[in-house]
Amino acid sequence: MRTAKQRVVGALWVLLLTGLITACDEENPPVIRMASTTSLDNSGLLDVLLPRFQQESGIAVRVLAVGSGQAIRIAERGDADLIFVHHPEAEHNFLAGGFGTQRYPVMYNHFVLLGPDTDPAGIRDAPSVEAAFLAIARQRSPFISRGDQSGTHMAERALWKSAGHQPRGGWYREVGSGMGATLQMAVAQSAYTLSDPATWLAFKRPGELEILLGRKAGMRNVYSILPVNPGRHPHVKYKYVMRFIDWLSGDAGQQLVRNFRPRGEQAFSLLPAE
Amino acid sequence: MVASGLCFSSGDTPLLKQISLRIEHPGLSMILGPNGAGKTLFLKLCHGLLEATSGTITWNGKSAEDTRHGQAMVFQRPVLLRRSVADNIAYALGVRGIPRRERPALVTSALQRARLLPLARRSAQLLSVGEQQRLSLARAWALKPRVLLLDEPCASLDPGATLEVERMVAAIGAGGTKVIMTTHDLAQAHRLADEIVFFWQGQVLEQGPAEHFFAGPQCVEAQAFINGELAPG
Amino acid sequence: MTDIHEAFATALQLLLQLDPGLLEIVTLSLKISLSAVLLGALTGFPLGAAVALFRFPGRDLVNAGLHAFMGLPPVIAGLVVFLLLSRSGPLGPLGLLYTPAAMVIAQWLLVTPIIAALTCESATEFHRSYDEQLRSLGAGPWRTMTTVLWDGRFNLVSAALAGFGRASAEVGAVLMVGGNIHHLTRVMTTSIALETSKGNLQLALALGIVLMGLSLALNLAVIIVRDRVKQRYA
Repeated sequence: MRTAKQRVVGALWVLLLTGLITACDEENPPVIRMASTTSLDNSGLLDVLLPRFQQESGIAVRVLAVGSGQAIRIAERGDADLIFVHHPEAEHNFLAGGFGTQRYPVMYNHFVLLGPDTDPAGIRDAPSVEAAFLAIARQRSPFISRGDQSGTHMAERALWKSAGHQPRGGWYREVGSGMGATLQMAVAQSAYTLSDPATWLAFKRPGELEILLGRKAGMRNVYSILPVNPGRHPHVKYKYVMRFIDWLSGDAGQQLVRNFRPRGEQAFSLLPAE
Repeated sequence: MVASGLCFSSGDTPLLKQISLRIEHPGLSMILGPNGAGKTLFLKLCHGLLEATSGTITWNGKSAEDTRHGQAMVFQRPVLLRRSVADNIAYALGVRGIPRRERPALVTSALQRARLLPLARRSAQLLSVGEQQRLSLARAWALKPRVLLLDEPCASLDPGATLEVERMVAAIGAGGTKVIMTTHDLAQAHRLADEIVFFWQGQVLEQGPAEHFFAGPQCVEAQAFINGELAPG
Repeated sequence: MTDIHEAFATALQLLLQLDPGLLEIVTLSLKISLSAVLLGALTGFPLGAAVALFRFPGRDLVNAGLHAFMGLPPVIAGLVVFLLLSRSGPLGPLGLLYTPAAMVIAQWLLVTPIIAALTCESATEFHRSYDEQLRSLGAGPWRTMTTVLWDGRFNLVSAALAGFGRASAEVGAVLMVGGNIHHLTRVMTTSIALETSKGNLQLALALGIVLMGLSLALNLAVIIVRDRVKQRYA
């Protein structure tokens, strides 16, 4: 009886200790924490890049996949070593606030405007994305907005602004969710929505939704890396972050990005180093 | 033991009224009286489990609370821990500071005296009521108390179990432990008591050697009680 | 219906293949939730017993707090732990945010009130019947506490199981403080949320089935063992 009890108690302690050890095990190999957008994570690109980088450098990159807005706030608090996001305006503010050292634009693609294949607002042949937005607003066709301060949300707000229209009313639905959940809702409600192409490609049940408009002016979607300023947060692993940036802008990294073709389509185009 | 001016009230209801008595008899003192006379309350006050509203109880000049470690009490309904019969006794020994090594032998002899040894490994909760009460008594006995307080230990037992308990009580008293016991059972008082304290409605009406009490009680209430004419009050 | 059928097929397939990705997630989930329950028990048992046994200033407040916090929304627990552990927070230098330890802490915050409240209920009941006997024997406060805890051990097992249920089912807090990082802090519930958002409903449902199956198996095992032992002592 006693030995059985002791064994149980022993097992519980082992459990507790392993739990704590798992928690502390992080530094070997060196680990950096990257706050990134869900779209990058969903695209599968990071699954190609990061294992190769770890193989070649011995540095593990852990990805926190959140909206760009949240990623930036996480980094401002010092809870990440770098950000890989697509929200240029917020990125510049991040730099101006002294939270980051520099902005390294890496690659881009184009947002896509999705809608039901019946296209009730008739935007398929719209001359510009602004014209398409105005048509949707005029028809009061359901439009789902991320509403979560993410890069995609901010890009959408910027497009409404340049269209000169303030969307308002029951047809304009801000859901405050990630891209995946937003796509689910757009499918369920046969609504229009703006998405990054990577999440759209990775999305498993498109239903009757399809790309109605893409590659127009103002739909360019630039992804940049910003290391967190070690002057601001001394604990960040700036040295390892710079190794990653050097590697990504080197031949090996560039080639991986260029050749990344889920479903046969090139997902990201490289930007020339500035 | 000396009680002087002892009062106990629950809210505005006085349950014990100005009790003053001395218990000095070396034999078994039986607190006799109908249900609701305040016998249990008095015993708990003696043991320092309750605090008197006014008045005092002292044992050789010391307060009831300070003497509790030299006493043991058995309650009307046995309170046993959810452990084996043997562990119930070992637990009590542990609380009283008996070293772990010495406990098994004491447990065995206590169980022997209660004729519970064959049930030692059984769960205390699975015993019959009679066996449970014997176990409580054995547990109290194992503590070797100078004073043992018994609160109607046989109230819910059948005659056979009652006899077994009484046999143990007699043996404990014979071993030099001062026993103070309550009962409403005249026959039991007859069988066991050396001294009778008669309680009625929160008061002590009579105290004296058992033979005198049964031969001719002084007060009318005690006479009525003996004749079975007193309605429980 | 086809979704559910296919989800069951996917779940079965994942299990039969002992899919390494699944195993990793399941192991981490169990480790975190069991650690949280263990810590919750180490703190909740004494806390519940203290509230049941002792009269101290603010006891009613603590008691009410325990019951109120039983319904604490996980996101609030997550937010509090996030703010504490963030690099800019008071415990920032520990560097625990987005680690399994942070998730254990958040779940600990969620399960302790449940464990403590249920412990308090059990201890109160036992204390009511034991109090006079224990005082008669001369048991001090510490002994009284360990006695009502030990004698109520079957109730405490149920309390721990209730805590485990809450910990393993919870997603809001672990998502917030763990970050759902692949290979590091991704557990069953956060995977389900992630796969659902990707439209991968079958995989999500399959993970859900695995989670329920595990929870069922664990509860069943504990209940069987508990009742076996109980039969001998109750």
